[in-house]
Amino acid sequence: MAAKIEKVSIIISKGSLEGIYPGLIMANGARAEGIEANLFFTFFGLDTIHKARHEHIKLATVGNPGLHLATWAGGLPGVASVMTHYMTHKMDQLDIPSIPEFIEMIADTGAGLYGCKASADLFGLTKDDLIDQVKDIITVGEFYDLAAGGEIIFT
Amino acid sequence: MPAASYAGTEVTVNDEGFFTDPGQWTEAMAPDIASREGITELTDRHWQVIKLMRHEYEAKGTGPTVRALGKTSGVSIKELYELFPKGPAKIAAKIAGIPKPRGCI
Repeated sequence: MAAKIEKVSIIISKGSLEGIYPGLIMANGARAEGIEANLFFTFFGLDTIHKARHEHIKLATVGNPGLHLATWAGGLPGVASVMTHYMTHKMDQLDIPSIPEFIEMIADTGAGLYGCKASADLFGLTKDDLIDQVKDIITVGEFYDLAAGGEIIFT
Repeated sequence: MPAASYAGTEVTVNDEGFFTDPGQWTEAMAPDIASREGITELTDRHWQVIKLMRHEYEAKGTGPTVRALGKTSGVSIKELYELFPKGPAKIAAKIAGIPKPRGCI
């Protein structure tokens, strides 16, 4: 059998629903397999761990050809909310947790949550703006130290 | 098919060490399987999870994922990972003599 993956560091760089879930699923799945996991939130991905924003993550309805919706229609007022509502309802039926619940669950699995310093500075955020489960706001260099010896996944 | 011997009885397991025939499992084998997974003592809390795994498998034909365990076992996600650090659903399924639960969440 090929060598097993022992450790992963997952970077979440996007702030849309479809940009955030894959990284969360991969982190949670890694922990379920007994793999050490750390999550690093950068740029708009910081919304995932933002106290005031992580309950309001929306699906991208513009510039998202996978949705098979005309771009002009995706831009109409309320469409993003309706599509997000529809998607989260479908996910709920499959027992996929909401983003705030999922993040809390992932922290409980022992995975480390970290914010990116450059992005936090850019958006004027401090650790107080982020949920309590976030261990720290770290630099890219500290991220690489943390990621040493494992796989890095960018999403 | 690889074989393993627990509590003095030979059983068949797959490449990952999960029982291929859950009917071969007995409670007496559990401590033996657990110790090979690095769990030296099975507490009542471990047993609460292991018994639920067996029960769910017998009722549904598949064991629960970690999320389902967190909701139904009466043991929190945090404690589940303390009890089974190498993956609660995966390791508890192995100790309970049932196939590895499949599921992404």
